[in-house]
Amino acid sequence: MLLLAFDTATPAVTAAVHDGTTVLAESTSIDARRHGELLMPAVDCVLREAGAELDAVTGIVVGVGPGPYTGLRVGLVTAAAFGDALGIPVHGICTLDGLAYASGIDGPFVVATDARRKEVYWAHYAGPRTRSSDPAVDRPGDIATQVAGLPAVGAGAALYPEVFTDIRAPADQSAGALAALAAAKLAEGEPFENEGGLPALPLYLRRPDAQVPAAYKAVLPK
Amino acid sequence: MADEPLVLGIETSCDETGVGIVRGHTLLADAVASSVDEHARFGGVVPEVASRAHLEAMVPTIQRALKEAGVAAGDLDGIAVTAGPGLAGALLVGVSAAKAYAYALGKPLYGVNHLASHICVDQLEHGALPEPTMALLVSGGHSSLLLAPDITSDVRTLGSTIDDAAGEAFDKVARVLGLGFPGGPVIDRWAKEGDPDAIRFPRGLTGSRDPHYDFSFSGVNTAVARRVEERRREGVEVPIADVAASFQEAVTDVLTRKAIRACRDNGVDHLMIGGGVAANSRLRSMAEERCADAGLKLRVPRPKLCTDNGAMVAALGAEMVARNVTPSSLDLPADASLPVTEPHVPGHGHGHG
Ligand SMILES: Nc1ncnc2c1ncn2[C@@H]1O[C@H](COP(=O)(O)OP(=O)(O)OP(=O)(O)O)[C@@H](O)[C@H]1O
Ligand SMILES: [Mg+2]
Repeated sequence: MLLLAFDTATPAVTAAVHDGTTVLAESTSIDARRHGELLMPAVDCVLREAGAELDAVTGIVVGVGPGPYTGLRVGLVTAAAFGDALGIPVHGICTLDGLAYASGIDGPFVVATDARRKEVYWAHYAGPRTRSSDPAVDRPGDIATQVAGLPAVGAGAALYPEVFTDIRAPADQSAGALAALAAAKLAEGEPFENEGGLPALPLYLRRPDAQVPAAYKAVLPK
Repeated sequence: MADEPLVLGIETSCDETGVGIVRGHTLLADAVASSVDEHARFGGVVPEVASRAHLEAMVPTIQRALKEAGVAAGDLDGIAVTAGPGLAGALLVGVSAAKAYAYALGKPLYGVNHLASHICVDQLEHGALPEPTMALLVSGGHSSLLLAPDITSDVRTLGSTIDDAAGEAFDKVARVLGLGFPGGPVIDRWAKEGDPDAIRFPRGLTGSRDPHYDFSFSGVNTAVARRVEERRREGVEVPIADVAASFQEAVTDVLTRKAIRACRDNGVDHLMIGGGVAANSRLRSMAEERCADAGLKLRVPRPKLCTDNGAMVAALGAEMVARNVTPSSLDLPADASLPVTEPHVPGHGHGHG
């Protein structure tokens, strides 16, 4: 097994190569504005560092969000293109699940990433591999009672310390952790977000902002 | 000829997901998936809706193009992609996909200019472009007179619109007339039933002291809106066909007049017209007549190659491969406001392939 993993659903642009047992190489940079520029050089870098030929890669692992859309799509379209060009499967994993897995926290906790517009993407977990609520997007103040007192993972939580009072590591997504989670799932035959050759679809959680333009503006004075 | 470059082009600058495949000047495939119907009720392209549609359509459209062309991805000599100008989020989908295909297949990547592609596409229709090429570029976002000594590296602006683009003018007039979005094709259809001389709409920037190669369409737009509102206020039926035909006549009159003057002044023997508005039937027929009168050879691609498509990107990419242009790098950015004067986004030596 040789997995190429990446995630662009958060400010982290992260890529890793994993051989089914261990992370061979990982690269992570934090830059919310340049996912498109940073991802492929990062992929190139981890493949070289791992000494891995592209032909030897057996699967692509990609974080499917939720996350700000423009960055999120960079990872998803890259994964789909790699899957098509190399003829290998694409495994989609909820981005929050990667952070949860990396935290290793045993017992109830939450993961929250920054959704901008004063909101967070978040979900409840019963353990590092057990999500216990659907990913959602909310204002921190509106979910304060639901997350009260729980350990909280992810940079989105750290932005709102009045709501998330027990901040834990990690803050940022790691493709190494995402790949390790995928390797464990593959070994145990656990399903991914997409199955049976279906494309990995983004978790947008919000409808597109589409303003119906104001009524026609007359040029003649009233 | 089998030794001409085989190039796949990806276009996602607006609402069409286009993938084209060419071999040199020969068109092999032109696959387009459009999200235009999803935008119609908003009266214009909604960027986030377009970007979501590009992501869904990307791989299936690539597969369709390869099948249509009957070539294997491994046989390609390069992957070209629109790097700009256009909608930032939409461009980024195509650029990211192009990088992944180029990297996975070990092919050079060419980030190219959408506007230069609108011109270069004519090589698929009428063979090699003359050097220099005089081009009238008329699209949804641009209206310019361009002189291109080398379409892969040297495109110069002689003049451009000081307000609305020609396509934008068609879209606005269609809105005034309540004809929906996009406006160009529907105005074109209505105009066929109308009298182009029914109303004399203003011809912008055609005074003797006005700049020769610049355009202005806000005046004609306002005049149309006034005329329509006055009629409605008086409770008189608006003669849609006559308004459409007269508006179209005013716009195409100015476009062709200025373009032919630019040809004469610069001593070129031809005129190329590209961009979505070049699909307009009256612009095509008027340019035909006036170029013939002026002794100029007219080059306009078939309408389907005038509106956004992937073949035009592939055509420019193929020209770059043929001319040994330096490929782009893996960190190629999508540039929403890439100037028309930069046909290509060169790499800095660390590129792949
Ligand atoms: N038959 C036609 N007559 C007039 N205008 C037309 C016709 N067909 C399309 N158009 C216009 O062409 C424009 C679309 O052209 P195109 O697809 O080249 O624009 P764009 O890609 O959005 O803009 P740009 O190329 O400047 O980035 C629209 O404004 C549309 O109304
Ligand atoms: Mg265009």
